[in-house]
Amino acid sequence: MTEKIILAGFGGQGMMLLGKLLAQAAMVDGKYVTFFPSYGTEVRGGTAVYHLIISTEEIFSPLIEEADILIVMNQPSYQKYKDMLKHDGLLIMNSSMIKPDDSPVPEAKTYKVPATEIASKLGNVLVSNIVILGAYLAIKRLFSTNQILNQLNAVLKGKKSDLFTINKQALESGIEAINHSKTC
Amino acid sequence: MKLLLTGNEAAAEAAIQAGCRYYYGYPITPQNELINYMSVRMPEVGGTFIQAESEIAAINMVYGSAAAGARTMTSSSSPGISLKQEGMSYLAGSELPCVIVNIQRGGPGLGDISASQADYFQAVKGGGHGDYHTIVLAPSSAQEMANLVYDAFDLADKYRNPVLILGDAQIGQLMEPVEFNKKPKKNLPVKNWALTGAEGRERRIIKSFYPVKGQLEEFNAHLQRKYKLIEEHEVRYEAINIHEADIVLVAYGTSARICKEVVKKSLRFNFKVGMIRPITLWPFPKEITRKLSESVQCILTVEMSAGQMVEDVRLAVEGRCPVHFYGRTGGGVPTSSEIIRKIVEILPDNSEVNTLLQLVEAK
Repeated sequence: MTEKIILAGFGGQGMMLLGKLLAQAAMVDGKYVTFFPSYGTEVRGGTAVYHLIISTEEIFSPLIEEADILIVMNQPSYQKYKDMLKHDGLLIMNSSMIKPDDSPVPEAKTYKVPATEIASKLGNVLVSNIVILGAYLAIKRLFSTNQILNQLNAVLKGKKSDLFTINKQALESGIEAINHSKTC
Repeated sequence: MKLLLTGNEAAAEAAIQAGCRYYYGYPITPQNELINYMSVRMPEVGGTFIQAESEIAAINMVYGSAAAGARTMTSSSSPGISLKQEGMSYLAGSELPCVIVNIQRGGPGLGDISASQADYFQAVKGGGHGDYHTIVLAPSSAQEMANLVYDAFDLADKYRNPVLILGDAQIGQLMEPVEFNKKPKKNLPVKNWALTGAEGRERRIIKSFYPVKGQLEEFNAHLQRKYKLIEEHEVRYEAINIHEADIVLVAYGTSARICKEVVKKSLRFNFKVGMIRPITLWPFPKEITRKLSESVQCILTVEMSAGQMVEDVRLAVEGRCPVHFYGRTGGGVPTSSEIIRKIVEILPDNSEVNTLLQLVEAK
């Protein structure tokens, strides 16, 4: 099993944390993992992209030439990275900030999750990344909710511990968004 | 316990675990995770962290701590390492043990902040003035970064010599699981030269200046004897599939990771691809390279430079077989497909070209 995931959004949308939570869960699960933050000389608000590879075998180059999964949080990231997704890949997008209709990826299995909206309703727009993470978990089931919650707990220790509840809610809302769309 | 760390953080933590308590640095991308980690960790272990006013100040602070007998380190990236060259020459000339980390970025000049291997010449041929060498170690993963930084302190103390860790932006910033399981080495020489206060004993002098005619030549002869000893005992490399190989790839660091992928893909070819990954760039693994040149059809060196290590490969091969080169510059990272295309191009028997190219396209 090898899963090549590209995560992209604007700086501040929490793609780094999303990737790190997945990478850490993979590590604890005994898998090989590489997580490469590929930042340029961007300023705040610029596009940030991360290459995450999870595998049961040794990983060679951490740079992804063709992604199995593309998780995008805003319009510029979607435009910039959609061609890196393999033709029948999996696309998870933050539909609150992306209008894919003018340039769709025809064969990709696409999930649209209004992550920014969901996060705002929960009371903190900053957890939109965790909503998307929940969606990914519901689709791929590579890790259990508990495995991710354990990692969240480790990240949100000390001064940030009161943020755990809203992050847990965000994760559950993301899972719910996918499960709901599957049933209707 | 495994931790998910960048190569930069792994380097910093390994230094702490190796007993380094004096770190001096100046920020530069792509090595900032290292200095950042040190700024938090050093106070926790009662060590000294100084963000110096410049790279030059930092390397000279290293000189001071090393002269006093402490384990000490600095780190930077290409342009910053260029600034440190005078200090490194003085450290080598004063035989002071220390560790210097270069997380290479694209050059020349200010270049850019992406991965590069274009500082090879500077690293292995001296860099500063005078006949000297630093021991040069080239990690290709976060785990190996941790292991080599730990070993670097031992090697530095063993030979009273600066050790350079030559990484690149990708090795520095890539996050991977890392375990710290190195144990302190026994039987390292006592630092009976260190400046610790001369009360009650003969004074000691640390210097690289030899004004009396003949003394400097004598000192240089001593250095060369030491370098010969290092060449005899400290060569490290990883050999993959070299037995009965038709073609052997030579690559280090990030390039080596990609070449490993080529070796894996080549298991489906009807000829055999092997690989040598130098772990010490100085001393260079000459002997194994020479040996292979007698049995293989050709060697292909892959670097993220315009062709630097390939010169050392050719020196070791001495014309016994063709030595080819494939390189990317200015932040470009080679892909396995590019390398396979190059192999197809240089292979003496090209009958398998179509099969090979199909394999490349199939990914």
